[in-house]
Amino acid sequence: MLALIPAPIRNQSWFTIILLICMAGFGGIVLYSAAGGSLSPWAGLHIGRFSVFFVMAIIISYLPEELFKFASLPVYVIILLMLLGVEILGQVSGGSQRWLSLGFMRIQPSELMKPAVVLAVARFYDVLPRSDIRGFGAIWPLFVLMGMPAALVLLQPDLGTTITICVGAVTVAFLAGLPMRLFVGAGIAGAIAVPLAYIFALEPYQQRRVATFLNPEDDPLGSGYHITQSKIAIGSGGIDGKGFLNGSQSHLDYLPEGHTDFVFATMAEEWGLIGGFVVIFGFFLLMRWGWNLAIKAPTRFQKLSAGGLTMTIFLYAAINLMMVMGLAPVVGIPLPFLSHGGSSMLTVMICVGVLMSIDRQTRAKPQTGLSGSYFS
Amino acid sequence: MSIFGRKEKTNQPPISAMTQNITFNRRSLLLGGSQAAIGMLLAGRMTYIAVAENERYQVLAESNRVNLSLIPPRRGWIVDRNGKPLANNKADFRVDIIPNRLPENAQTVNRLAELLDLPKEDVERINSELEDAAGFQPVAVASGLTYDQFAAINVRLPDLPGIAPQQGFSRQYPAGAAVGHLLGYVGIANAKEYEAEKIPLLVTPGFKLGKDGLEKQFEQTLRGEPGAKRVEVTARGKIVRELETRPDTPGEAVQLTIDADLQRYAGRRLGPESGSVIVMDCLTGDILCLASMPSFDPNSFSDGIGVDEYAMLREDDHIPLRNKSLVGLYPPGSTVKPMNVLGFMKAGIDPEETVVCRGGLRVGSRFFRCHSTHGTVNLNRAVAKSCDAYFYYFAQRTGMDSVADMMRQHGLGAEYDLPVNNQFYGTVPDPAWLKRKYKRRWTSADTANASIGQGYVLTNPLQLTVMTSRIASGRELTPNLLVSTRKKQQPAMQIDPEHLEIARAAMRDVVHGGGTARRAALPIPNIEVAGKTGTAQVVSLTRGDGRNVPWKFRDHGLFVAFAPYDNPRYACTVVIEHGGGSGAAYPVARDVLTFMFDRQKAEDAIRPLEQAWGGTIEERMAKQFNRFQANKAAAAAEAEAAAAAGQSGDTQDGDDATPDDDAAQQG
Repeated sequence: MLALIPAPIRNQSWFTIILLICMAGFGGIVLYSAAGGSLSPWAGLHIGRFSVFFVMAIIISYLPEELFKFASLPVYVIILLMLLGVEILGQVSGGSQRWLSLGFMRIQPSELMKPAVVLAVARFYDVLPRSDIRGFGAIWPLFVLMGMPAALVLLQPDLGTTITICVGAVTVAFLAGLPMRLFVGAGIAGAIAVPLAYIFALEPYQQRRVATFLNPEDDPLGSGYHITQSKIAIGSGGIDGKGFLNGSQSHLDYLPEGHTDFVFATMAEEWGLIGGFVVIFGFFLLMRWGWNLAIKAPTRFQKLSAGGLTMTIFLYAAINLMMVMGLAPVVGIPLPFLSHGGSSMLTVMICVGVLMSIDRQTRAKPQTGLSGSYFS
Repeated sequence: MSIFGRKEKTNQPPISAMTQNITFNRRSLLLGGSQAAIGMLLAGRMTYIAVAENERYQVLAESNRVNLSLIPPRRGWIVDRNGKPLANNKADFRVDIIPNRLPENAQTVNRLAELLDLPKEDVERINSELEDAAGFQPVAVASGLTYDQFAAINVRLPDLPGIAPQQGFSRQYPAGAAVGHLLGYVGIANAKEYEAEKIPLLVTPGFKLGKDGLEKQFEQTLRGEPGAKRVEVTARGKIVRELETRPDTPGEAVQLTIDADLQRYAGRRLGPESGSVIVMDCLTGDILCLASMPSFDPNSFSDGIGVDEYAMLREDDHIPLRNKSLVGLYPPGSTVKPMNVLGFMKAGIDPEETVVCRGGLRVGSRFFRCHSTHGTVNLNRAVAKSCDAYFYYFAQRTGMDSVADMMRQHGLGAEYDLPVNNQFYGTVPDPAWLKRKYKRRWTSADTANASIGQGYVLTNPLQLTVMTSRIASGRELTPNLLVSTRKKQQPAMQIDPEHLEIARAAMRDVVHGGGTARRAALPIPNIEVAGKTGTAQVVSLTRGDGRNVPWKFRDHGLFVAFAPYDNPRYACTVVIEHGGGSGAAYPVARDVLTFMFDRQKAEDAIRPLEQAWGGTIEERMAKQFNRFQANKAAAAAEAEAAAAAGQSGDTQDGDDATPDDDAAQQG
């Protein structure tokens, strides 16, 4: 039966493709409601962008591993230079600027850096001799690769993206086999450093966000307003929601950013706990696919890349959901496939494209030997 | 180095592709597992919010969505004794600004000014009120809008945050300025009033409370109960739809003893003068008219008065912001004479006893002048001709205490139980008072002055009316403004009725017996007026005769009267500030009393006068306002011209200066 279907069609990550179309489609439905039952301004554009980026992801999926290996470092350097350019432009124009205008579209280099840093670090550990993994030579390049973009993004200042870049890079290093005690030590150091960073490194508005997160009711009309209204939207939705187009929190504008960062709250108000579980389950399926790829992938570069990119996508979803449910401060990270926004969707679809490419090559050249799937 | 584990390297198994793979898989499992755990945590958190806390958040969402907005109650009417409205409400489209919802003042206000075609003056007022506004307190933009204007605002409402258009009611005073001082006006609650009475109604757009006069006194009666409207609103306060409405309960009406037509007529009759007209019912004590002019138009105060209009009122030397009937204090002058003769008679003076007036009388070491040389005068003639010498003489004989007692018996120096914000009760001087106040012994000169209503004697026009009504009725009448507080029977005065009859007859002769106010006779047969003229000096006679001097130095003209003489029904007082003498006052009293008996004749009398004055009260106030604005503009232009001239003057100076300076100027 399967043989009747032509190879180019058969040879796709169909499960993932259907999953993503479902999630982005659901996002479109939620955005349609957020606009008061209208395709404009968000839902139509959302579906349109998804379609374009989906095609882009399919194209990426046909690129060979060698190209990723070859391009990972140059691309990383280019994006790093773009980050530097944004920073210099911002200094010159006297304001904080996060994007570069290419005329036809705006590019946010910090977004592109998320997959780029993962691929660059993966490439580094790929070429690192196996025996050096416990040495100092396995560590300082990580700090250079991760530290430069992280510092530039932190200067913007964009805490959420900085965290994503660092965690993505560290994930790859962790998977590459750096000694466990380094991570344990870093965890302890972090526990000490975080309060210090809060006091010395964060901008006042970021400090406020953290303080607000810890106690949103203290400031119900200020920055705590976002979290409070988001919880009201989710909580009032109940188990089965208020029904499509019936969300008062979003339709009457009580929920700020109901089409971008707080799209999950918009969805939960109308679709209830059931809708929330569906979305979370969707991300679970995507993560499971990612980790299965990481384990089954034939080469070390592909394994490390798959793990890091899966983590990158996960970070979006996890930080966003924690934020809208009042478990994390408001850091301004959108929810993949549901939030309206071009830059983040581009990043996520690049990640998906690379993962699909690994999937394609894994299917063509299955790994032999010991490993099996831990997640299937 | 040891932290990177080089030392232990030898103890560990060598790293092969397989061990690396195993590490990778284990760590993938760990990370994937952690992610799954976080996913479970999120699902659990969401379940908690949506199920356990569902009820609480549903309430919060509902209280977000639904806004309870108050409907300002319709204010109770103020009606006159016949039920005719003195203050009522008219349906109105209005627009307010809620300052704390307004993002950029200037832009929105300019936008509104454009849409509503507001005059510059209004824009100035709005901007200055916005600066002072306490955030929650609505600032009136405009009321009395046409439906088209109202619709134009409503259509653009999404672009005009902080703007509250409303269909409601606004206060209306049909008699305008004639009732300004009596009724006061209404306005938006200020911060102080909100502090005193912290209820949401006070900051509801469109709600106004009494600021002055009876509007303030009867605030709680007139206010009523607000209605409520449940509406669905957006976060920005825009109303999506109405859910349900509870109507308001209008305030109760207050019925005054005032006769609206008389009040209006009296206000008109005062014309361009500054003064007061009071009419009281001699049977009940009802105040039928309590006019004070010039006044302000309570209609424009209630709509939020313009900066210029308020400046005009404040700068006017006729003091339109002062209620002269109650807080204007004047030496009563000769109007106290009929009362003083009651004092003399009570002290045993025979009314037929005479004094010879030779243009005055020597009292102690000083010669006190009379305004004329009256020759031999008895009581009747002394009152009718207003001979001062008679009073100098008999007051010396009876002493000040008997004069002062009689004054107090007639209600001078007293504060009446009236629902008014303020009444100045003046002075009835006596030796004890002088000692207390000025640490000085009372002299015969003080008695002489007091006997003709000068010196320390100060009264307000209402007190003079009460005095007159007590002489006319022989009863201790007290003034009354409310139909509900009207007293049935008022006690008789402790004065011999025969004495009262003599005093009344003397007052009749002031008008009908060849006295000082012959022209005060009514143009109505069979109705005689009894009265008394009074001229109160403002400055010493050495500065002139009180007539041909600048306005503010001219004598006050007073006239008290009652009618009909044979069956007293109405007591009336007219005070004309700086009128130059009683001749300014009694024609007014005549016309006002005429109005009580024959409205048509009174109307005929006022028409030519109003033509001469330049129109009705409203027309004259409008003209005055235009003049004021023109003067202001002219003054501004002049100041500008002067500034320009000053600059050119400097240049002129420069021409005379050294060549170096010239060069510098050219540079």
